[in-house]
Amino acid sequence: MAHFHLLSILIWLPMLGAVAVLFVGGDKNALISRWIALIIALVSLCLCVLMWFAFAKNTGDYQFTEIVPWIAAYGINYALGVDGISMPMVVLTTITTLVVVLASWHSIKKNVAQYLATFLVMQGMMVGVFCATDSILFYVFWEAMLIPIYLNIGIWGGERRVYASVKFFIYTFAGSALMLVAILYLRVHADTFMIRDFYALRLPREVQDFIFVAFLLAFAVKIPMWPVHTWLPDAHTEAPAGGSVVLAALMLKLGVYGFLRFSLPITPDASQALIWLMIILSLIAIVYIGMIAIVQKDMKRLIAYSSIAHMGFAVLGTFMVYIIVEKTGDMQDAYMSLEGAMMQMISHAFSTGALFIGIGVLYDRIHSRMISDYSGLAHKLPYFAVLMMIFALSNVGLPGTSGFVGEFMVILSTFKANFWVTFLAASTLVLGAAYTLWMYKRVFFGKVTSAKIENIEPLHFSELFALSILAAIVIILGFYPMPVLDVFHASVGQLLHESLVSKLPVLTH
Amino acid sequence: MHALIYALILFPLLGAVLAGVFGRLIGRAGAHWVTIIGVAIAFVLACVVFKQQVIDGMPSANFNAYTWALSGNFSFNVGFLIDHLTATMLLVVTFVSLLVHIYSVGYMRGDDGYQRFFSYISLFTFMMLMLVTANNFFQLFFGWEGVGLVSYLLIGFWFNKESANVGSLKAFLVNRIGDFGFILGIAAILTFFGNVDFAAVFAKAPDVAAHTTFNIFFNTPWSIVSIICILLFVGAMGKSAQMPLHVWLPESMEGPTPISALIHAATMVTAGVYMVARLSPLFELSSAALTFILIIGATTALFTGILGIVQNDIKRVVAYSTLSQLGYMVAALGASAFAAGIFHLATHAAFKALLFLAAGSVILAMHHEQDMRKMGGLAKRLPLTYICFLIGALSLAAIPPFAGFYSKDAIIEAVHVSNITGSHYAYWALVIGAFFTALYIFRALFMTFHGRSRIDHETASHVKESSWVVWLPLVILAIPAVILGFIWIKPMLFSSPGMLGDAIYVAPQNNVLAQMTSDFHGAWAMALQALTSLPFWFAILGIIVAWVCYVLKPGLPAKLVKHSKWIYFILINKYGFDTFNQWFFVRGTRTLAGFFYKILDKEVIDDGLVNGSGRAIQWLSVNLKRMQTGYLYHYALAMIIGVLVFIIWQILIV
Repeated sequence: MAHFHLLSILIWLPMLGAVAVLFVGGDKNALISRWIALIIALVSLCLCVLMWFAFAKNTGDYQFTEIVPWIAAYGINYALGVDGISMPMVVLTTITTLVVVLASWHSIKKNVAQYLATFLVMQGMMVGVFCATDSILFYVFWEAMLIPIYLNIGIWGGERRVYASVKFFIYTFAGSALMLVAILYLRVHADTFMIRDFYALRLPREVQDFIFVAFLLAFAVKIPMWPVHTWLPDAHTEAPAGGSVVLAALMLKLGVYGFLRFSLPITPDASQALIWLMIILSLIAIVYIGMIAIVQKDMKRLIAYSSIAHMGFAVLGTFMVYIIVEKTGDMQDAYMSLEGAMMQMISHAFSTGALFIGIGVLYDRIHSRMISDYSGLAHKLPYFAVLMMIFALSNVGLPGTSGFVGEFMVILSTFKANFWVTFLAASTLVLGAAYTLWMYKRVFFGKVTSAKIENIEPLHFSELFALSILAAIVIILGFYPMPVLDVFHASVGQLLHESLVSKLPVLTH
Repeated sequence: MHALIYALILFPLLGAVLAGVFGRLIGRAGAHWVTIIGVAIAFVLACVVFKQQVIDGMPSANFNAYTWALSGNFSFNVGFLIDHLTATMLLVVTFVSLLVHIYSVGYMRGDDGYQRFFSYISLFTFMMLMLVTANNFFQLFFGWEGVGLVSYLLIGFWFNKESANVGSLKAFLVNRIGDFGFILGIAAILTFFGNVDFAAVFAKAPDVAAHTTFNIFFNTPWSIVSIICILLFVGAMGKSAQMPLHVWLPESMEGPTPISALIHAATMVTAGVYMVARLSPLFELSSAALTFILIIGATTALFTGILGIVQNDIKRVVAYSTLSQLGYMVAALGASAFAAGIFHLATHAAFKALLFLAAGSVILAMHHEQDMRKMGGLAKRLPLTYICFLIGALSLAAIPPFAGFYSKDAIIEAVHVSNITGSHYAYWALVIGAFFTALYIFRALFMTFHGRSRIDHETASHVKESSWVVWLPLVILAIPAVILGFIWIKPMLFSSPGMLGDAIYVAPQNNVLAQMTSDFHGAWAMALQALTSLPFWFAILGIIVAWVCYVLKPGLPAKLVKHSKWIYFILINKYGFDTFNQWFFVRGTRTLAGFFYKILDKEVIDDGLVNGSGRAIQWLSVNLKRMQTGYLYHYALAMIIGVLVFIIWQILIV
């Protein structure tokens, strides 16, 4: 498979596509730009399908690997590969871009080529982050990705776009600074930049603590975790619909992905020691942020807060493994927690992404994000109302939708560790329903009250199509999540093996 | 067998999908035909299953369709358990559902959401079938949340009405509070049993009960089975609307009346009762949980029944009656008379659906007027509806030999016989409840059908019986409402093996029904015996009081209200539950959340810490930049000061 360079193609094809789109340029040729972007997205998706079926599920090793020396003097490699944890994320990235391209087909009229180019570049870089097996390559993609999303918010955003985009950039960039230091430290001791080689390092507790905190800052800002979360509602509110989708569906996942790739396997002792910090921060995200979501008046802000609460579940599931194994002594018990966390990430990408598209659809027509400006939409846009109901229900975690799977698995496995943690986490059943359905009620139900809504323009085919794809995925994953769990399994096993052993130095006398 | 079950469950789903997705294409008639046919097939197949299981005595079937998720050592399957209990439930659900489908053709005629309505009720039937056929907790939860969802959609069916939207949201959230307990219970089961399949859990239950305790508060060991059972029962309290989670059911009446009959009387709200009966091998191991259930059930039976006497909306009277009757069923479960609970579930499904559909028929004839103060004397105008309502009322009031009598009398007697803690209180609550039951339902009957007509002239000229699709289901439902008790009392409660077979487990020391068997000498004898029993005379008294107050001396209730204002105040405010919830939970949550958002998140974190650090850096740079004045002597001075400081420091150290 090494000769096929599948992952390289998945990274560079969209970037080349972006160049092509920019060269076509000009809003006069907007349609050509759109078609190029769509074709690139479709080809990427086809390659992903190919990758899904060619992927060997029974091993936790990297597959489709490529390795070429990049900066040989420092031992930096252009090294790629996917395992069961990153492969689904690559697929997710590709689907998200396709959906964004479709959803923006009619809504973006200004600088279309540039707009689409930002998403194609983002796709490439995002795939790069998930595929990089060299830590410097990872870091480069991780930071470079900020540029397209920064431009996207700053140019196509709402009224306070400059404030939001600068805040976003400085916040996330500052968070990542220490990560580079940590990577360099690890390089000095491991004599390589390959991430998997870091796993073999044995580090004293103080060093582990430092590295854990350094990574935590970078990841916590991305997820985002309380209290470094306030950039997200601003960024989401001001970002164009597509930007919000990418933020929610992909960017936030990088933080948890980072925990899985770096924190858990490299600093297991520190992770275990700081577990209550992580659990408390996750519970704050679930309960406190969930309550804040209830009182939001702006739809995008509400979904942004709901995102933070949902990601809290993913973080909770990730770190609960230590307490579960401590309690039961059986590694098998930890699988469900971690796999639940990963399912939660994937499901959140689809349902929240779709909700942002939906809000974008409304914003294009009514030019307001305020809940109070809406009423009785179900009368005017019945199909749209049904689709949004499906996503709302997934957000609520109703069985039969993808949103249920992760929550259910995390709640069930958390009980093994601690009753009260489970109790607080399960409060999302009520809080999630309260903020999601109360918003839905105010926007879609009731009488049509304004002339704007009375004359609202129906959905374009491309918008309906994009939402329908997502709805189908949400329901299919809800009824049959098994194929995705299958893909996770071997890699999760390997990850648990790396993460549940002490990596303190062995004392030799 | 497998194909039979798949067909039974999937046909209603197919109907729902066809009516929902292709509603415009197939039109109104198409929508009701596909769903009615789907449910009719399900009903026929349910009859076949019932015959195979209960009559022919085929062994129960337990099989998995597919593995939903597999993670570590744990697997979650979509799987089915078909035994006597399931067969009985299948019959009840599909029977009522089919009749409600037919009835809706008449009731929903002319409604804009006709196709949507049929799609929803068929979807509901599918979810309910998934619930009662589940062979594991995961699928039970799926069906459980599924019926909750459709209930939410149907309460808010007329989403133009603000009251309907509020009611539906309230129903969903209150149910979610129950589900919160339910999911914790399931999590506890997975933790301590390592499995969520019923069979595996039941097999391991005695062992776990004997050996496992769990510290939940202050290091006090609790029996884990008690904790699990109470958590699961919290789920049942939500779905079966037990106090204090009963507040959503009266507001569910905002939905169309056929829904009230199907979902909020006959099937979904009894899911909690079914669940506890299904899990009897677990609940039997915890007398603490049983006492809890008994007290909650009896309290609900009495106190929500009392509320029925001050309601003026005909549907709300029946809704409070449903709450109260669910309390009876739950009390039966608490007394370990699971079979009696299920028996009452079945008879109640018949007579309560009958009452609701009859009420619906009245509402239809009255052009969607539901206030009984604007009715009266309708017996002559709607004779068929009147007779059906009367049958339902007699059955509900437990007058022998109507169906409700057998099941309710069995419950009261079972609680009487039971020795479990709290059974004395429960017995008296249920007996007094019998008085109020008869009072409120006959009050409704007299106010609606007897006395002087209070109908305005405009409406009066149009009042007539609706078409056959409306009255036929009434007549069909009236049959089981009369005879079901008489037929099923012996096989259901007093035979061995009973109609429910081995689906239900009762510990020998709790087996109240077995103790009652010796006193049972056939259905007729039981009816005669009742003439000397307390509950019967309480019921008769209730009817008489209702007759005096609403037929003989119609001015009396107003005088009573005047003399006991505070009682009336308490009742009309429903003991203040809604006020309290609104004040404490709704307002409280929003105030706290507002504080979190505006003060903590916006002011402290975002403005203080985040933008504050930005401002600090700005301030610093503004001030630092002042040092770069460009004058050479400023820099020279700074250098001299620096050198001086350095020298002094060196001297001080040395």
